[in-house]
Amino acid sequence: MGNKRKTILKLSAAVAGMYLFSFLLVPLYDVFCDITGLNGKVAQSTNAESSISVEGREISLQFISHNNAGMPWVFKPSKKVSKIKTGTLYEATFYAKNTTDKMMTGRAVNSVAPSNAKDYIKKIECFCFAEGIELMPGEEILLPIKMVVDNELPKNIKNIVLSYTIFDSNIEHSITMDHDSDLAGS
Amino acid sequence: MTNVRSLIFSIKKQFTVILFALSNKASAEWDDLNMTQGATAISREVYDLHMLIFWICVVIGVLVFGVMFYSMYAYTKKKNPVAATFHENTKVELAWTIIPFLILIAMAVPASKTLQSIYNDEAGDINIQVIGHQWKWQYRYLEDDVNFFANLSTDLDEIYNKVPKGENYLQEVDEIVVIPVGKKVRFLITANDVIHSWWVPAFAIKQDAIPGFINTAWTIVDEPGLFRGKCTELCGKNHGFMPIVVKAVEQDEYDLWIKEKQAGAIALAELTEKDWTAAELVERGESLYIKNCVACHGPNGAGVTGIFPALAGSDIVLNNKTRQIEILMEGVQGAAMQSYAEQLAEVDMAAVITYTRRSWGNAEKGDGEIVVPKDIVEYKKAKI
Amino acid sequence: MSAVIENHHDDHHHGPAKGLKRWFYTTNHKDIGTLYLWFSFAMFLIGGAMAMIIRAELFQPGMQIVEPEFYNQMITLHGLIMIFGGVMPAFVGLANWLVPMMIGAPDMALPRMNNLSFWILPFAFFILLSSLFMEGGAPNFGWTFYAPLSTTYAPPSTTFFIFSVHIMGASSIMGSINVIVTIMNMRAPGMGLMKMPLFVWSWLITAYLLIAVMPVLAGAVTMMLMDIHFGTSFFNAAGGGDPVLFQHIFWFFGHPEVYIMILPAFGIVSHIIETFSRKQLFGYSSMVWAMLSIAILSFVVWAHHMFTVGMPLAAELFFMWSTMLIAVPTGVKVFNWIATMFRGSITFETPMLFACAFVVLFTLGGFSGLMLAITPADFQYHDTYFVVAHFHYVLVPGAIFSIMAAVYYWIPKWTGNMYDERLGKLHFWLSFVGVNVTFFPQHFIGLAGMPRRVPDYALQFADWNMVSTAGAFLFGFSQVFFLFIVIKTVVGGKKATAQVWEGARGLEWTVDSPAPYHTFTTPPKVS
Repeated sequence: MGNKRKTILKLSAAVAGMYLFSFLLVPLYDVFCDITGLNGKVAQSTNAESSISVEGREISLQFISHNNAGMPWVFKPSKKVSKIKTGTLYEATFYAKNTTDKMMTGRAVNSVAPSNAKDYIKKIECFCFAEGIELMPGEEILLPIKMVVDNELPKNIKNIVLSYTIFDSNIEHSITMDHDSDLAGS
Repeated sequence: MTNVRSLIFSIKKQFTVILFALSNKASAEWDDLNMTQGATAISREVYDLHMLIFWICVVIGVLVFGVMFYSMYAYTKKKNPVAATFHENTKVELAWTIIPFLILIAMAVPASKTLQSIYNDEAGDINIQVIGHQWKWQYRYLEDDVNFFANLSTDLDEIYNKVPKGENYLQEVDEIVVIPVGKKVRFLITANDVIHSWWVPAFAIKQDAIPGFINTAWTIVDEPGLFRGKCTELCGKNHGFMPIVVKAVEQDEYDLWIKEKQAGAIALAELTEKDWTAAELVERGESLYIKNCVACHGPNGAGVTGIFPALAGSDIVLNNKTRQIEILMEGVQGAAMQSYAEQLAEVDMAAVITYTRRSWGNAEKGDGEIVVPKDIVEYKKAKI
Repeated sequence: MSAVIENHHDDHHHGPAKGLKRWFYTTNHKDIGTLYLWFSFAMFLIGGAMAMIIRAELFQPGMQIVEPEFYNQMITLHGLIMIFGGVMPAFVGLANWLVPMMIGAPDMALPRMNNLSFWILPFAFFILLSSLFMEGGAPNFGWTFYAPLSTTYAPPSTTFFIFSVHIMGASSIMGSINVIVTIMNMRAPGMGLMKMPLFVWSWLITAYLLIAVMPVLAGAVTMMLMDIHFGTSFFNAAGGGDPVLFQHIFWFFGHPEVYIMILPAFGIVSHIIETFSRKQLFGYSSMVWAMLSIAILSFVVWAHHMFTVGMPLAAELFFMWSTMLIAVPTGVKVFNWIATMFRGSITFETPMLFACAFVVLFTLGGFSGLMLAITPADFQYHDTYFVVAHFHYVLVPGAIFSIMAAVYYWIPKWTGNMYDERLGKLHFWLSFVGVNVTFFPQHFIGLAGMPRRVPDYALQFADWNMVSTAGAFLFGFSQVFFLFIVIKTVVGGKKATAQVWEGARGLEWTVDSPAPYHTFTTPPKVS
């Protein structure tokens, strides 16, 4: 019978372990993404300076923006397309304006295409690293990006698209009920 | 009695329909039942791969089921009263582990090659950002500043069986994506709200559209043609109603189309300056309402209780035009109601609002005020 | 008080209590097995009714019967109910009835937990089904509940859905612990691991899979709950989360789950083919190894459900290759079954008919599975009716046929009565024709370009959808007929002998039919 208890304990521990493991998958996924470029996100680079070296070839950088559902801000790149040289520091800005009469927090999510260019883009500074961009009613702002494209960028990549999607950080759940009260209640 | 008879009759009728369908299909071309060969080098490669694997499976199936059916036929209790006693054979077991493994390698090699050619990262000649919305697609031509939304253009009456269905039922849109032949067109696919998936079978492109992320796909179409596709990721109520139509044309035709599109945007802005009467706005607004609003708010503005609010008799639509403009411009946060600021020109925004305020008895119950394009322009000015 | 205890004491020796109490308080593995089986049958009929609504709507193009919103609720509930309410509890029921009898144990190792793990299930499904009547309707995001459709954009009833998934998970986990502890500790003397009947083996592996992945599902829905109510952002991009992460976690659970629904079927079919071929199963040890390798491989193939989500080339290649590899052990099993039949002395009673249909049709589903593994081709197949055809081929004539085969095969042991062979064969042929008429055309409409989970479709898909619906109703009504056959057998019929089938092997055939309330109170000797 003691044997039985041992099996039960082991199995219960396995269940608890797997439950914890499911939460551990969250940071593991981030690490995995970092290594493989799974989700196309560019993380803040710690060794970006080392990529600044001799001026390399010319490539084109294309910035695109999108407002996710329910995000009323004006949000767009100051300049859509730029020719840049690899190996040199490049600075760009995005323009954002809170057009509502409430204080709002936005969050930008970045994505790169083609996804394998990701490893060669070293961002020193980007508003997309911020957990939230707070804007007062009517406030406008220029959001900075500072980056280097490494000289090692594969030869066949001549054009890189950097996409930024702006989300409302405090988007509420339950679309249906809120909407209802909004129309009926006022 | 008559009930029973009519029931039997209708069953008979359905049965004939099914038989007819079967015989019809039997003579129909094999192509209707199979994957399309498509219109690009990649799609043909994918098709060949599909057929290769299919025939390998058929051959394996014939061999394996052949032995099985033979055993079922030849070794019944009647024909073979006493069963053999063997129950293992290492050599045979090893063989049917290793041989399938080799067949799999034979399949994996061409499959991996095709996959590699799909994952080609060279830039496109034309870049189109594709954005999935509930429940329509938005297209932005990045080089040419062309931007439009493509809505299902099938009539609701067709969907609800009130009128006969057209040839391209559920596969037609109000704005077609035009691309030139022979050029590498790259699609940068993302989404506005939930996950969608952009699928055009003729290009063998299916990529999920995920909020915040860019997925890329590319194609080079050899010949002009019209290609239809669909959203393939469950994205809510009208997932089945957001088709894709792409038209490949010669380069000069494409250039012309781009020019027309750009000119159209300017013409629309001019309409804003015009003085509009209520009747004109209502007329313009009706088709816009059907295109953009009916899906949720219904043809009679009745909405869906608990999910999509009614517009008929709504306090905002009756008496609060400022708030109504605001809702259309900003969307409702956390709700299915999206912002139409980008989707509708000022004149169209004004028309559709006026239409809702003048329809379904709203004009009689509320203030009946109309909204003109200038109101929208004013609103926008106040914001920026 | 003492009277009650007295009573209970009596039960223990002479048989079950009378009336409803017997079923609520029972700790007897046979009673609980029966409860599980009836429960899963009820869920099978409810989920089947939903399938009928789906197929009726798809009978013709255009919207006729339901609205798209309700249609989405139907596909979601159909999937959830068939998987968690139909197939899984049926297998647990079979495990309860058979595992102790097959290994010569008097009961399951943890009888009271056994009672609990069954009796929380009806509550889980009551909650799930009641969401149909809540404001905003039932869950409408598909059984795979991808974020953000299932979080930010979900109906309010999602919270109840999460709660009910938690209960289902708890029930499965308790059931699996029970099965493992029973198998590991209560085998009759002389029954080594490699002497266990294959059904026991298949359940041992299944139970380990359940222990490994049900907590992950629980974790996934917990994260959803937190995203919805507590402001976290696991899957919400607006807060720095990632909706694709949800899909990875879900399919890390989801793919082993697929094998959870088929491994016990492998066990069942092995016994039936062996019995009716009157020949010892070919390649017992390779069968065990094949199941083990399938189980292990199931943990490294999950992303083949997500080929279109935008993964790097290396990941796509890895998941394609690993998925293709599963064909090897699966092939070994099919070859072994056929080798068992080869030079056997075969008769075709109803269980054998179902088992033969299983081998053929499951293999067809395996072929389409292999096609789906080929990533470039999957770009065309993904989320079309080709996929619907594929997984229904492995689940309906796969898992469900094996359950029906098991019922016909063991019902004489359970009830002491033989089922009516003529009716059984009729049921088989109706189901066989029905299932193929329903699902085979779906391969065509999928390849021709019809996406799944749509309430309406373009005109070129109309003919085959009509055929498919006709098949679905045939299949649906044959299952009501099955219910009739089962009830008829429970009520009466030709008395069964202890051996029941001429070629049957195993300890369960050494006890009387019907099996006494308590069996193997003294362990049998296994040579």
